[in-house]
Amino acid sequence: MTKTRFLLATALIGGVALAGPAAAAEVITIGAAVSLTGKYTTNGEHTQRGYDLAVDMINKAGGVKVGDTTYELAVKYYDDESTAARGAELAERLILQDGVQFMLGPYSSGLTRAIAPVIEEHKIPMVEGNGASRSLFTNGWRYIFATLSTSEQYLASAIALAAEVAEVKLGKPANEVTVALAFENDAFSQDVRAGVIDDIHKFGMTIVIDDKLPPELNDMAPILSKVKALKPDILVISGHSKGAVTGIRQVGEMRVEVPILAMTHCDSAKVIEKDPAAAEYTLCATQWAPSMSYSDDLFGSAGDFAKLFEDTYGMAPPYQAAESAAAVMVFADAFARAGTLDREVVRDALAATDIKTFFGDVRFDETGKNIAKPMALYQVLGGELKVVAPSAFAEAAPVIPRPPMN
Amino acid sequence: MIDNFMIFVASPATALDVLVNGLLIGAIFALTAYGMALVWGVIKIINIAQGEFVILGGYVAFVMAQQGIHPLFAIPVAALILAILGWLLYRVVIFRIVDRDLFTSLLATYGIAIVLQQLMNTVFGGDVQIADAGLGTLFLFDFMVSIAEIKIIAFGLAAILAVVLVLFLRRSRMGQAIRATAQNPRAARVLGIDTDRVYAATFALNAAICGAAGALVAMAYTIHPYVGLPYTLRAFMIVVVAGLGNMAGVIVAALGLGAAENFAAFILGTQFQLAFTFLLLVAVLVWRNWRLARKRQYLK
Repeated sequence: MTKTRFLLATALIGGVALAGPAAAAEVITIGAAVSLTGKYTTNGEHTQRGYDLAVDMINKAGGVKVGDTTYELAVKYYDDESTAARGAELAERLILQDGVQFMLGPYSSGLTRAIAPVIEEHKIPMVEGNGASRSLFTNGWRYIFATLSTSEQYLASAIALAAEVAEVKLGKPANEVTVALAFENDAFSQDVRAGVIDDIHKFGMTIVIDDKLPPELNDMAPILSKVKALKPDILVISGHSKGAVTGIRQVGEMRVEVPILAMTHCDSAKVIEKDPAAAEYTLCATQWAPSMSYSDDLFGSAGDFAKLFEDTYGMAPPYQAAESAAAVMVFADAFARAGTLDREVVRDALAATDIKTFFGDVRFDETGKNIAKPMALYQVLGGELKVVAPSAFAEAAPVIPRPPMN
Repeated sequence: MIDNFMIFVASPATALDVLVNGLLIGAIFALTAYGMALVWGVIKIINIAQGEFVILGGYVAFVMAQQGIHPLFAIPVAALILAILGWLLYRVVIFRIVDRDLFTSLLATYGIAIVLQQLMNTVFGGDVQIADAGLGTLFLFDFMVSIAEIKIIAFGLAAILAVVLVLFLRRSRMGQAIRATAQNPRAARVLGIDTDRVYAATFALNAAICGAAGALVAMAYTIHPYVGLPYTLRAFMIVVVAGLGNMAGVIVAALGLGAAENFAAFILGTQFQLAFTFLLLVAVLVWRNWRLARKRQYLK
């Protein structure tokens, strides 16, 4: 028994020694509370996978050189159960009990918002890729940095696109276009709504329906009945994965014909798989797409990241995974530039970030949000997500109005 | 608000659409409420895990659909699997809390609900799922009224189940035993009824009904490990409004609730749907209290 153990230990040590310089003993542990259970499980998992993949790649490439020492990265996870109170509690636990000096963000704006005051109080730098709400960047918080575009930009491009094609495709000037809004009653979705409303006002469009969906809702029939009666030109739905699946399913079932249907979370909710007929021609907001022309030295191109992700996890990467992976890359870059693990120095290095990643350029403004990367818009065309805007990345021309469903 | 109401005047078919869709979701509520009324009336416990039974039934349909079996066949399968689960849960947990105070039963079934949620999340993942029955939609009045065929099946099934349940409780030996136990468990025991078996059967029956309802939910709406609570809440409300042992009342209350909720969502906006529902509950309770008070006066 002892002998076997000895042999095992020798083999292990030997293995580590053989692995060479990559097996540097020093480790930087970054804390993260993500949703592994509860209503955000799917996207929490995507977040974790993004982090894990980036950490893995960075370690395989030799780790991060900070000053003269090479460090490996590791993430200490807790499950925040998709509840804000638990998220804040776990952030405190990570900082006070586990002694982490740096944090990666949770999934969703609501949970990021719950954690932010804790990290501010303890002056712990946090890079997050899944808190898009504008309200996260208006409080003068200094230690939060976001790799993604803020949520008011999510579907504003759909409104701009509608305004652009109104005359030709909808047969009326932009200021006569009518819009129906159905947004979940949470920080993120309401922020998406705020951005959409700004653009609606900019183009002088009219809002005919403006409903807020309760988080537990799984029946949108009353709203869609109203849409059928009022016949708006644009229907915008946003309510995380559940809102996307429920929306698509009932749009198909009730045959809600609108010239433009725009949504968030099409890809993470896999709406094409769930109801291909109804999903066709839907416009979907996305932070990132594998077809985009971004690239970096770690993952290669956006397409390479997508392939690696698919090989590792058996599914195409939703943008939630990409923006999370980018968050880890931002940290690694800041550690290297700071040359020390002093929190304040790393914080300043984060603030001065200016890098190109497979996910897009990352450069923060003074509030910590990424201002170097635009949102993109997919359209479901022939059962696939094709980028239709912005035009620099467009793979196909948008089909507007939606042809009638059969 | 008035604008929304005026839509009904301009397009009465829309009102019909809202009404029909409300009644159809009411049928699903009715199924879960039958079960809750049964367990509450007979075992005297309030089952908080009702919604989780529904969602679990939904996952049975989802898994069968994935295996290429038409999810309609999942209705009896889900009922059977859930019945076994219900019986097991009775033997492991519920029998310990019979005759304890209501608070204990709330806590115990809440615990069951959490365990079921986490198990479903671990086994099936956290994605929002559906089981596609491949059925179409009936359209009336130039597409203004849409009735999904699966919802009609759900409605029909709820009606059939109600009839079967009433017949079962009236005619069958076990049904009579259940009713006797509900009326007076001690007297039932004295007369030779194995009340423990009756309780187990009741709990299993409830789980079976929820399972069938869940298969329908997966086909008509969406399922997710953590969305059971709305079904529990609705069932609770319906039973409170209808009273125990009042099958007709449960059906009327469930359909009424479904329709009222949909009209509230249409006219006031979905953000007020639940607020309206609970306001309705308060109104019914106040009204009922007032009626009881009058009755007491007569008795004096």
